[in-house]
Formats: sequence, structure tokens, C-alpha cells
Amino acid sequence: MTDMAWIDAGLRSARPQAVGALLRYFRDLDQAEEAFQEACLRALKNWPVNGPPRDPTAWLILVGRNVALDDVRRRRRNEELPAEETISDLDDAESDLAERLDSSHYRDDVLRLLFICCHPDLPATQQIALALRIVSGLTVKEIARAFLVSESAMEQRITRAKSRVAKAEVAFETPGAVERAERLGAVAAMIYLLFNEGYSASGGEVHVRAPLCEEAIRLSRLLLRLFPGEPEIMALAALLLLQHARAPARLDGDGAIVLLEDQDRRLWDRDMIAEGLALIDKAARHRRPGPYQVQAAIAGVHAHAARPEDTDWSEIDQLYGVLEQLQPSPVVTLNRAVAVSKVKGPAAALTMVEALAEPLAGYFHFFGVKGALLMQLGRANEARTAFDQAIALAHTPQEAAHIRLHLDRLMKDSQPAP
Amino acid sequence: MLYAFLCYHDEAVVNGWTKEQDDAVLAKRALVTDKLRANGKLGPALRLMPTTAATTVRMGREPVILDGPFAETKEALLGFYVIDCASLDEAIELARQIGREEKVVFEIRPVKLFLPGAQVGSEAASKAGSKVA
Repeated sequence: MTDMAWIDAGLRSARPQAVGALLRYFRDLDQAEEAFQEACLRALKNWPVNGPPRDPTAWLILVGRNVALDDVRRRRRNEELPAEETISDLDDAESDLAERLDSSHYRDDVLRLLFICCHPDLPATQQIALALRIVSGLTVKEIARAFLVSESAMEQRITRAKSRVAKAEVAFETPGAVERAERLGAVAAMIYLLFNEGYSASGGEVHVRAPLCEEAIRLSRLLLRLFPGEPEIMALAALLLLQHARAPARLDGDGAIVLLEDQDRRLWDRDMIAEGLALIDKAARHRRPGPYQVQAAIAGVHAHAARPEDTDWSEIDQLYGVLEQLQPSPVVTLNRAVAVSKVKGPAAALTMVEALAEPLAGYFHFFGVKGALLMQLGRANEARTAFDQAIALAHTPQEAAHIRLHLDRLMKDSQPAP
Repeated sequence: MLYAFLCYHDEAVVNGWTKEQDDAVLAKRALVTDKLRANGKLGPALRLMPTTAATTVRMGREPVILDGPFAETKEALLGFYVIDCASLDEAIELARQIGREEKVVFEIRPVKLFLPGAQVGSEAASKAGSKVA
């Protein structure tokens, strides 16, 4: 790796904390971003010559802050501050800054920055776009490509999100315990949303967008480093790792969807699975179950099964039962029905699914599952109707193609054997 | 003399590497370690999971169990064990037994990759090593 690649990686990993601290200082997102950009430019000039500082994040915050102050002073025709070349690291002269950079501040700075991005005033798509721009530092062009929209449309979306956030009142004081917990919950949900956007795209030609999943995993690890004792954050990271571990097996060579039971499990990423299982183990010790822990446990059951037929479906059925209580939703019940079909058969599952017809009337997977159950029960005509409805609701060509595969099978089965 | 080499790096940077970047670093290192392995000089090597997977047990009158890595700087790293445990609970229990009546701290970190290596350090092993070479 070249020097520049190392510096890039360093700037990227310092970004959430540095921008978070600059935001606390300037209380203005644009100003904080600009100061960070400027600090990065100076780092690119300075670091290859003088070597990277011992604490790159603190260097970037200090330089970013000084650059902005410098501008103000220059405008006032005052004396300039020392150039960043002379700032070696945090020595005695900056002890008060060093004190303000302690880890608890870092923690709340990053949380605040993430929380601003998922402010309840923002629709989900704007939340993710803003987080990718502000926290991850992706360019508008990169984000536009990830969402498959034009650059100008994405620029607009982000600008709109920023102005909404600017109007919203976000407290800059150190948050209390309740507020911190609320922020943590909102941020976790946003990271999960980001992951899902990559895991199962809501539109466009590409069904899986791994960079979005990887970014979500990176953010979940960041959050867990800041809040190491939160079982739900452990479980969030575990859930993302366990799901992303299957990525190499989820699409075949032609980009078509491969269902869990048909995947080549040797392709699953064993490192990610091991880390995910270790985190589940850690979370369980707290005896404070929550929705992410249950979902991670379900993913863990799949990860443990070397072959599809080894899957402990009754365990999955029970876990979905717990999830239904913690976080009741028709989608959870639909997923449970799949487990029930394996344990008690398709008839019992179909009864559960049919009760969901109203709330899930516009949901692709509802008709996919219903069709598959009807097919198992030999009710071909009804199955075909369900599959047709699923195709009409598909978000990506791969989803539609997958359902067409079922339809083809039905057609074949309904024709008399030659 | 046997030497232990403890690797430190910015975790956020390393976890942010792409698979290609990670592989490139390992390939570069292998240029050195492969020769050592061939000469029977390379003992066990291991790569740890991220510190987010760590649990710390601080021994004392009542052992304190903390999520996350060992973060103090007062204490120094003195050594380590590699133990095959069925669960984190078992690992914590073993740490309690090993550190009984001490004020030691154990950071329990799952191992991502374990390479047993040659049996280095004994006279017989170094002879065996020279035979291989």
C-alpha cells in the first residue's frame, strides 16, 4: 500500500470523531465539514513529509479548529495562529484541548453526529444519504451511484436533509442517560436501515450493494467501541456480520437470487460468522434480551447449520415467537410462518399467513411466501395468482426473476409428463 | 532465546481495509514468515478478533467483568494463554480459577486465526528444524 493509501485510510477512520468534535465546537454542520476538509488537505501535504502524528484524530480536530479561527482572525486583521507544521502533537500547550478530547466526549460527539443524521424529521432515505455523506465521508457522486440516482438528485436530497437538520434543535450539551439511550436506539435503527438498503436494494438493477453493508458494519463496530457494554449494540453488529457472511453465496454467477436453503454454505465467510457468534455470546451474558439479540440469534441458528436440513427450525420458530412479543409486526409473523411450515407443515403456516393479508397487501415477500406454501399444498392455481402478485410488487429484476422461476416450475408440473 | 512479537495498530484503520488490502499486508508479511516457518523458527501465531469482541476480567476480592478490551496503561502485558473454551462463560470461569487470589487482569479475546507453528524453543525442536532446512 502506498503512503497515500495509508493516509486515506487514517483520515477515513478519524472522520466520525473529528467531524463530531468540530460540530460540537462550531455547532454548524457545514462549518464542521469544511473545517475537516481543510484539515485533511493539510494532512495530505504535511503527513507525508513529517510522518503521521501520534494521534491523527486530535491533530485533525486541532488543525480544523485553528484553520477556522485563523480565517476569523485574518478577517479581523489579527495575528495568525501558528501553522500546523509546528503542531507536533498534544503537548502541554494544548493540554486543555487534550482534556476536552477525552474519550467520553468523543463518544457523545460521534453519537450526536450520527443522531443528527437520523433525526426523526428526516425520511429514511435522507437519513441514510446524510449519514453516508457526513459520517462516512462518501462523495455525493459515490452515494448517488449507490442509490442509482443522478448526482444532482442526490445533491438535492442531501441539501434538503441538511437544511431540515439545521432547523431541528439538537442539544449540544452532554446528554443524560435517557437521552443517550434514545439516541443510541435511533442510530442503531439507522445503521440497520443502511445495511438493509445494501442487503436487499429497494430499487434499481443491482440487488445487493456490498459497500453499503460494509459501511453499516463499520459504523456498528464504531458504535460498539464507543458503547462496549450495550448488549443490543453487540447484537446489532453480530446480526450484520452474520447476514453479510452469506453475501458470497446469495447470488449465483448470473446475479440471480439463491435462497438460503440452496446456498453453497462453504462460501459463507467463516471469520464474520465467528465474530458474530462471539458477540451474541457476549450479549447473552447481560440477560437483557432485545430485538437485535433475537434477530442475531436467529441468524446464528442458520450459521450453525452446516447443511440446510441441519437447521433447528423449532428453535427459530421459538425465537420468532419472542420477537413477536418484543416487537410485534406482521413481517415478523410472516417470517415465523416460514419456520412453522418447516416444523408443523405448510397448512399450519398458510393459516398464519392468510391472517396477514390486510397489513401486508403491498409486500412482495408476503405473496412470495404465500405462493410457495400454496405450491407445497398442491394448490397450483392459487399459487400462480400469488406469484403474479409478487412479481407486480418486486423491487429489483432479481426478485421478479426469482418468482418467475417458481412459476416456471408450476407450469412444468401442471403439464402432463411426456 | 524465544521472542514474542505483539502487533499493535489502529483498529479502526485495519477493520476498514478491504479484503484486497488485508490480503496484501498478509502476503507482504509472508515473505518473511514463510522463510522462518521453513526453518522451523516460527512458533504459534494468531490473529485476534476486534476488541469489540473482548471481555475483561479484573481479579480482586470480587472479580469484575467488563465488556470491551483492557484499557488501563498502568499494568503491563506479562503473558498469555490460548485455551479452547466452549463458551465465553467457560472462558470467564477459567480466568477466575487461574487468577485466583491475585490482582491480575485478563482480557479474554476470541481468536480469529490460529497457526500452531513449529515446536520452537527446545533443543530437539531446533535440531528437527535444522533437519527440515
